[in-house]
Amino acid sequence: MVKLQIDNLTKHYWLEREDREVLALSDVSFSVNDGEFMAVVGPSGCGKTSMLNIVAGLLPYEEGNVAIDGKRVEGPGIDRAVVFQHASLLPWRTIAGNVRYGMELQRRFDENTMTERTDYFIKLVGLSGFERHYPSELSGGMQQRVNLARALAADPVVLLMDEPFAALDAQTREFMQAELLKIWSKAKKTVVFITHQINEAIYLADRVVVMSARPGRVKDVFAVPFERPRNLSLKRDPRFLELEDSVWKLIEEESDHLGMVAAL
Amino acid sequence: MKTETTLAQPRIQQAKPAVRPRQGFYREHEGAILGGSAVLIVVGIWQAIWSYTHWISPLFFSGPSAIAKQFWISLTQGNLLADLAFSGKNFAIGFGLALVSGVILGVIVGWYRRFRLIADPFLNALYAAPRIAMMPLIIIWFGIGMWSKVFIVFLSAFFPILVNTVAGIRNMDRDLLRAARAFCASDWQIFKTLAIPGSVPFILTGVRQGVAVGLIGVVVGEMLGSSEGIGFMVAYGGQTFQTDTLFVGFIIIAFAGVVLTSIAERLERHFSRWRPER
Repeated sequence: MVKLQIDNLTKHYWLEREDREVLALSDVSFSVNDGEFMAVVGPSGCGKTSMLNIVAGLLPYEEGNVAIDGKRVEGPGIDRAVVFQHASLLPWRTIAGNVRYGMELQRRFDENTMTERTDYFIKLVGLSGFERHYPSELSGGMQQRVNLARALAADPVVLLMDEPFAALDAQTREFMQAELLKIWSKAKKTVVFITHQINEAIYLADRVVVMSARPGRVKDVFAVPFERPRNLSLKRDPRFLELEDSVWKLIEEESDHLGMVAAL
Repeated sequence: MKTETTLAQPRIQQAKPAVRPRQGFYREHEGAILGGSAVLIVVGIWQAIWSYTHWISPLFFSGPSAIAKQFWISLTQGNLLADLAFSGKNFAIGFGLALVSGVILGVIVGWYRRFRLIADPFLNALYAAPRIAMMPLIIIWFGIGMWSKVFIVFLSAFFPILVNTVAGIRNMDRDLLRAARAFCASDWQIFKTLAIPGSVPFILTGVRQGVAVGLIGVVVGEMLGSSEGIGFMVAYGGQTFQTDTLFVGFIIIAFAGVVLTSIAERLERHFSRWRPER
């Protein structure tokens, strides 16, 4: 069953500084099924973040259609929650207060339910004992867990993740990827995960959308053939590396064509 | 991870339980001890010069013992308490009005863009100008009673509080705003959960600046046109060559400044405790 449907999405930007129009997204179409983990991978400037912002309802769009459960997206809604690249936590609120924040804004749950859900999701992301800490006391990886818990606690139909691990160091990132898969297997959400890292996309996702740059187009959509649960050692598997390589070639070919390998 | 030891290395010492290193009395109170003794030494030297030499003319300066004596006389026989109450009241009312109206207006100006564009030229001019220069005019308006002093304190403290509140509201983090919007936040929710809490440290910075200029306001206001208050006491002491009295007034003002500023700093620190350690 299709949860998120994107049809012929096209987005133009007006570049104020250069006084010209740029095409960020051109005729993007794909769909995400219920409970599916979909990764969107592409070089910087392929419009993947614009696409996510449109799906989140943070960016208006005129051409094409984005629908969740058949309903056109016209702005932010309680059926979506975003995990941002920067943790975007309220520095004056404790961890518990931050996890609660999304629910508070959406006003869907009563006081007791909010408290229960806060506790549950703090535990789920492995931050028990840190409820009363402030974000500044936490490492980058832990802040991203809070970011994730806040989004999950709001109980979205579709979880949107915008390069959430891009700012983390390599080791923390690998660890967080494995953690995310564990959490996802319990939370059972439809996920759209934006990344520029091909191996991250393959490791995490059921299917991967490969996008090309300037303008952002869908180059390919493919299913990842690896069984779950997946271990981090999968990334060293020859079949994994082969798949990664073929995606690389796909993106490279496009970039080569535009003469922008260096820009990757 | 495995640790490799070579033969040349001594055996690893037994792990000792981590104990908080003992801090001596001195280490823990270093600031108070050094600062306090410096003050005592300076006052001691000053007193020695005052009592044992004739370098200091009582007309042009004074000594610690003379100031203390004058303080006691003013307190018991003079108007010191009444003056203090008068100045304190003027400051408290003026500052209270400035705080309430400065924060309210600052929030409005900070939140509504058009309001800010209209208010900006006036704010910038009045924030930068020494408002104390208006005192002669204010005396024409309000006379030499308490209200001219209340008004100058208000005028002095109002602008720093207002300008800092505006900056606090404007300083909203774009990432946080985006996150709030994504969770369907209304404007009112954004105002309540992001704009206001985020601007508290700024408002308190405004309070600290407001205290400093408000004190100048009350003292100079009383010096220029008043028959009561600590400022009047200083001015009167100067005009009648009662240098000891002048010093008593000056020290009281300095003391009030230190106390009020440190209260404001404490508040600032308390409400910024979520900030990373600096």
